Amino acid sequence: MSQKIKEKKKSGFMEDTAYQYGFSDPEDYVIKFKKGLSKKVVEKISKLKNEPTWMLQNRLRAYDIFLSKSMPKWGGNLDDIDFNNIYYYLKPTPKESKTWEEVPKNIKKTFDRLGIPKAEQDYLAGVKTQYDSELVYGSVKKELEDKGVIFMGTDEGLLKYPEIFKQYFGTVIPSADNKFAALNTAVWSGGSFVYVPKGVKVDLPLQAYFRINAKNIGQFERTLIIAEENSFVNYVEGCTAPVYTSDSLHSAVVEIIVKKNARVRYTTIQNWSSNVYNLVTKRAFAYENSVMEWVDGNIGSKVTMKYPSVYLMGKGAKGEVLSLAYAGDGQHQDTGGKFMHLAPNTSSKMISKSISKGSGRASYRGMVKIAKNARNSKSNVECDALLINKNSRTDTYPFIKNDNNSSKVGHEASVSKVDDEQLFYLMSRGLTKEQASALIISGFIEPIVKLLPMEYAAELNKLIELEMEGSVG
Amino acid sequence: MLVIKDLHVSRDNKKILRGISLKVNKGEVHALMGPNGSGKSTLANAVSGSPLIKITKGSILLNDKNIKNLDVDARSKLGLFMAFQYPVEVSGVPMLQFLKLIYENKFNTKITPGKFLMLLNAEAEKLHVSKDLIHRYLNEGFSGGEKKKVEILQMSVLKPYFSILDETDSGLDISSLKIVANGVDRIRRETEMGVIVITHYSRILDYLKPDYVHVLKNGKIVKSGGLDVAEELEKTGYEAVSS
Repeated sequence: MSQKIKEKKKSGFMEDTAYQYGFSDPEDYVIKFKKGLSKKVVEKISKLKNEPTWMLQNRLRAYDIFLSKSMPKWGGNLDDIDFNNIYYYLKPTPKESKTWEEVPKNIKKTFDRLGIPKAEQDYLAGVKTQYDSELVYGSVKKELEDKGVIFMGTDEGLLKYPEIFKQYFGTVIPSADNKFAALNTAVWSGGSFVYVPKGVKVDLPLQAYFRINAKNIGQFERTLIIAEENSFVNYVEGCTAPVYTSDSLHSAVVEIIVKKNARVRYTTIQNWSSNVYNLVTKRAFAYENSVMEWVDGNIGSKVTMKYPSVYLMGKGAKGEVLSLAYAGDGQHQDTGGKFMHLAPNTSSKMISKSISKGSGRASYRGMVKIAKNARNSKSNVECDALLINKNSRTDTYPFIKNDNNSSKVGHEASVSKVDDEQLFYLMSRGLTKEQASALIISGFIEPIVKLLPMEYAAELNKLIELEMEGSVG
Repeated sequence: MLVIKDLHVSRDNKKILRGISLKVNKGEVHALMGPNGSGKSTLANAVSGSPLIKITKGSILLNDKNIKNLDVDARSKLGLFMAFQYPVEVSGVPMLQFLKLIYENKFNTKITPGKFLMLLNAEAEKLHVSKDLIHRYLNEGFSGGEKKKVEILQMSVLKPYFSILDETDSGLDISSLKIVANGVDRIRRETEMGVIVITHYSRILDYLKPDYVHVLKNGKIVKSGGLDVAEELEKTGYEAVSS
């Protein structure tokens, strides 16, 4: 993160003053609901946002579905989630936010070691809650607008482009998909709306320039991306640095529509603090000859359940999920991906790399379904797990269903430990055991890290180095 | 100066070395020869600090400091280097990044990637290590010869005080052997490093010109002398050498 800022300073893109004043004054109203969820709360959220009636109806239907659905019986242990002890809408002001003293020591230390500027530290730790990127990133926005690209908060998008929302919202992930998708649909707030017109290629990774933006980090984000024919966009969200939040539930929904010959890459790095349940539904519809790539990195949280999926709807469509999970002490990362082959000549690829440290547990959960009519399709799944300590755990839950004999499905899985011979070799060059382990681990995840924007990759490697300190016996 | 005194070593509870004493002065080259299983590699691993090896008796002094209880990384930091007989592949670790890391770590300094690349390219050129190798993952998919050359490239980056070459010559063709041996000799002259070279063949010794040749058999040095010992071995084999 810091590198990016420095880079831009050099290019004159961002002046010191702009950065200094990049924080806007807090908005002058305070809205805080009571804890707990009810029909009233849902109505209030919709009213506050001035939403069209159809969205309110949509929310209310979703609320009923949420109530009727039971909790998932598989995946991580969600017993401790108390839906009545959660704020469903919160627009915090600095008055309500934490003080720096309340932020846990280890998180502060990590910030320092990663070299994150104080201003960003404040934001990430929840000490500052507003960070208006408009001033800082205004020129990038202008460039996008000139191309006809829409990129804004989902709340704003709904009000400005109701027709687009009516057409697409909830079509990829209907409320009834699962309990948490229903919850999100009922109470969603924030998230990003991206619309890329026909033939437009957005060269710079979108969110990389906007990645500090209060509107995009929220509990119940809702993101909608539409890539018209022959377009391209690379969307990056999240943060390698730990995001400290006292909210215990993060439940987002991401819907993506990739039209004929278009290509979308969606990159996420999440590093929620270890009290957070991170339960996210992500799905893309990929039409004829289009390409959808998910790059999904999960480092933080208490329990993550996330399986980015691609529905290959048109012939020749390609789907890819590159999943990276790091399960530290007490963490459970239940991640993977899902491919539904629904047209001929479609292909999918899954690469999953997980690391378990201490009592951490990383589970791969994947599903590949090839429909009867999806002739000559192929799917390849590769999942590799690395265990750091004796009590670390990994498991694999692959589900494969192939309904025609002209299609091929491959699955490979491996579990490994940090290799003693590699350790000896690297240490014989003067590296400590921790340095050598970190190097082996960063090598293990390199196939995924190399796809990340540079500053994310650098931070991720540094983070792993920090995680390894004092952890290798 | 490296001094090994009455070194007894076990591996997997098996006695391998039974009292080795050796003194290698600054800038000297000592060759260590001997039949398979005589303990040559075990000696190299004992000196460099392999955790698989247990020293049951004796001492290893590097510059008068007993290093036998130090971890392998601490020994490296004191200036010890081993060129591995079988260099290990480390997938996903770009060689450039690795070499920069060990350089900065050894000399306790920071260097810009551009500056380091210049420094590295100069060394790589001398060792005929192709530039694209530097941008690949550490040893991954390298040919046997490339791996051995890269060991010496690492040596040239770390500028050790003392090096052990564990059968660095095996698997090298004649021209590569010459390049590698000359590389070692150049570093030795630059830094006055002491060298132990473990080998089965006298060819590498033609280039490295050892001051002493030792013959190891059943965990003991059974003969020491000049280059003539190696020449004699080449003719008569190890059978003729007895303790």
